Amino acid sequence: MGFIKGRKLVYEYKKYNEEGGIESVNRAVDGVDLDVERGDFIAILGHNGSGKSTLAKHINALLVPSGGTLYVNGKDTAKEENIWDVRQTAGMVFQNPDNQIIGTVVEEDVGFGPENMGVPTEEIWERVEESLKSVGMWKYRKASPNRLSGGQKQRVAIAGVVAMHPKCIVLDEPTAMLDPVGRKEVIRAVRALNMVEDVTVLLITHYMEEVIYADKVLVMDGGKVVMQGTPCEIFSQVEKLKGYRLDVPQVTLLAHELKKSGLPLEDGILTAEELVEALCQLRSNM
Amino acid sequence: MSIKIEHVSYSYGQGTAYEKKALDDISLEIPQGQFVGIIGHTGSGKSTLIQHLNGLMRASSGKIYFHGEDIYREGYDMRALRSKVGLVFQYPEHQLFEVDVFSDVCFGPRNLGLPPEEVEARAREALDQVGLGEPYYKKSPFELSGGQKRRAAIAGILAMHPEVLILDEPTAGLDPRGRDEILDQVAALQKERGMTVLLVSHSMEDVARYVERIVVMDDGRIRFDGTPKKVFAHYRELEEIGLGAPQTVYVLRGLAEKGFPVNTEATTVEEARDAILEALGRRNVC
Repeated sequence: MGFIKGRKLVYEYKKYNEEGGIESVNRAVDGVDLDVERGDFIAILGHNGSGKSTLAKHINALLVPSGGTLYVNGKDTAKEENIWDVRQTAGMVFQNPDNQIIGTVVEEDVGFGPENMGVPTEEIWERVEESLKSVGMWKYRKASPNRLSGGQKQRVAIAGVVAMHPKCIVLDEPTAMLDPVGRKEVIRAVRALNMVEDVTVLLITHYMEEVIYADKVLVMDGGKVVMQGTPCEIFSQVEKLKGYRLDVPQVTLLAHELKKSGLPLEDGILTAEELVEALCQLRSNM
Repeated sequence: MSIKIEHVSYSYGQGTAYEKKALDDISLEIPQGQFVGIIGHTGSGKSTLIQHLNGLMRASSGKIYFHGEDIYREGYDMRALRSKVGLVFQYPEHQLFEVDVFSDVCFGPRNLGLPPEEVEARAREALDQVGLGEPYYKKSPFELSGGQKRRAAIAGILAMHPEVLILDEPTAGLDPRGRDEILDQVAALQKERGMTVLLVSHSMEDVARYVERIVVMDDGRIRFDGTPKKVFAHYRELEEIGLGAPQTVYVLRGLAEKGFPVNTEATTVEEARDAILEALGRRNVC
């Protein structure tokens, strides 16, 4: 059985009228099958309101399915008795770092999670050290979070989740409020956790450039998964993505434009280096 | 000349142990009708700077002129200034508070003391400009998507008929199409109405695509000021201060380093495509 396994997952937001009757139903997730293996790096794309955040909130049982099933690490998330196991398996990081930090000192903030789980004091400090080091924030352990930059705060928030030793981290637009360097810092930290610590990652983002490192990309629209594949396969379909209100990385778009102008380039070029390489080869063959 | 800033400095917590210089001797002139991008890492002073332009913050020293008039002069009409210089904060949708979209947009012009017919006419016009038609008028702001909410909030400012529109990261958290829609509409207003627009952004790609001039802030000072081509030529220095350049710049620089005879000035996808084709074409002639 896969690490995360969803079958015909449905979630409906219900709007109630004053008498308590159901006024309208909005199906935000509509029959999604989801298969994630341990150690995968999955990116989820989709326009605002496509259902990606709703889906993500199911992974750690903040929401439970209205229909279908979801198993995380073999546990059915809909069963009340599994809720703490599920939440310990999957940690979440949200968009705004300021809403996620509660401690007055960085190391205390990171220690809050394991303390709540009843981890012995000595081990809490070990976990604080290892998780701050894993996101490159160890030297700020005595700092006050409100003196940090956005990217640094977001990395502290990630360390807070890492300290709980989750097998999986779900990040819902963790870089939306950050400047370019902050964005890079956060993505680098996430990739390191995935590659070095083998933490399973689900990343939701509107920045197409952040997706190119993923093993697999899911595209959502109207609550359904409408495309899935490697970044290269997904970003080869420039026009189709635009139809879903999405985009491709600027480099991919440039390569696509050059191809339309008659240059024999391959589809799905993702990085500046790849494009430079391909163009140089083209030139030497001319 | 629409806005002129002369030797403006501002310190937070002046006279306390926490005094921090947020603006350090800034001088800047912005002519009527210009589309200016302001970039800088988190904490570089961008937001502090723009709040000075409509008198929300008062400089510790220095002068600001609007249409040649000193706004710190005794008896200067700050109220009038605030209606002429419209400021759209980050996440402006958090400030929607009325029962429906139309009433929310009416709030500003009604506060100007305009007659009801004029207020409604302006609200219609502003909602039309941001692409929210009649069907949205009576909707609760809570029923709108992220991008729609943001457009409703921008309409609230446009209904004040500002001469200068300042937007602080108007596209953060929006999907790519939502981002394009908002920026396209802003660009159209700037062209058709001759409105001066200041766009604060963390997206180098957006800035390169839309603005004619970029002001780079770092540590409370202006580090670079010029056309996108000129500013992004300093991409190495921009990286050092938490920024970067559009991906196309890296492609062209990479090509040049490999001996590709390409013009490295381009900052948009179209320009880069043409530069690359030209470089390859020239080779064909040889």
